[in-house]
Amino acid sequence: MAISFELNGKEVSADVEPDTPLLWVLRDHFKLTGTKFGCGIAQCGACTVHLNGLTRRSCITPISQVDGGTVTTIEGVSGEEARAIQDAWVALDVPQCGFCQSGQVMSATALLREIPKPTDENIDQAMAGNICRCATYVRIRKAIHRASDSMEG
Amino acid sequence: MKRIVIAIGCAALVSLGLCLKIGTAIAADSEAAKAQTLQSPEDFANIRDESKRSVAMFNEMGKVLTHPRCVSCHPRGDSPLQGMDLHKHEPPIVRGAGGMGAPGMRCSTCHGDDNVAFSTEEGSIPGHPGWRLAPKSMAWEGKSLGEICRQLKDQDRSHMTLEELQKHNATDGLVGWGWHPGEGRIPVPGTQKIFGELTQAWIDTGAVCPEG
Ligand code: FES
Ligand code: FES
Repeated sequence: MAISFELNGKEVSADVEPDTPLLWVLRDHFKLTGTKFGCGIAQCGACTVHLNGLTRRSCITPISQVDGGTVTTIEGVSGEEARAIQDAWVALDVPQCGFCQSGQVMSATALLREIPKPTDENIDQAMAGNICRCATYVRIRKAIHRASDSMEG
Repeated sequence: MKRIVIAIGCAALVSLGLCLKIGTAIAADSEAAKAQTLQSPEDFANIRDESKRSVAMFNEMGKVLTHPRCVSCHPRGDSPLQGMDLHKHEPPIVRGAGGMGAPGMRCSTCHGDDNVAFSTEEGSIPGHPGWRLAPKSMAWEGKSLGEICRQLKDQDRSHMTLEELQKHNATDGLVGWGWHPGEGRIPVPGTQKIFGELTQAWIDTGAVCPEG
């Protein structure tokens, strides 16, 4: 079954079974391997992408639910918030092994788009589903504040 | 009939202990089966006193209202619950605006329009287009059936009239999810149709609440 959607700004289509997880399609079909597989059961956040502008765990999203939608992955995320997050991540050397980090960046960017000046509580609530086995949580929180401070307004 | 068969079977057995065990197991099974079924309003017709019939029917509705599938999203705190033991939702998530989670991590980050079977192991993630928590004023967690009943009727805190409540119970899709919760979850007993009929019959008999 051919499913069409916008992926990182381009119209694409994939001929796959409707229950194929979006994560499989991203990695195997489109070779976008920045989005990671961690658990497959919506428990770790490594597979986070944006679907129609909101965070979405791609491991439990059947491709049929993406038809006609807009998907952004770590390879395509852009705009003021994404830039600010990326700069802060580099400045504070946030990643350790890096495996969880594309998911962290996607959640952090989505947070700043909705709450440009988040409190610690806002950050904890938005990031609670993104597990980091290297425990970079303290740096992640600092980096989100730094990104927020660097943005205009 | 079952009892007679067991009695004959037991008489033929030398070990009384084994008989008792089988008898107890069957009694427990039928208790469990009873908890899985939902009686219809007609099943209460033999209760002559209307108020008592009303209470009995609300008690039957209580099998649904206090079932973990329903209580999970009627918590008293700011986090949904999970599982038959009603433990806190994992990953941690907060109620947020409209009961739909926090910016950056809404319910819809994981819960889609339908239940979705996991691709790599048994089980599924539940889903429905209206996935969200019930308002805090409708918290049922830890409440007695009488308390739940009174708060449902209290127009100062309930956002529904009894008529709207009946419609909610009988036709709301998210309520209906409780009977179709996806692989790995025990559904609420009976059917939504019977639940709706029970609600109507409870209202028609004066919507009397159990004590306690
Ligand atoms: S891989 Fe999707 S949440 Fe873990
Ligand atoms: S940096 Fe290693 S898992 Fe997060």
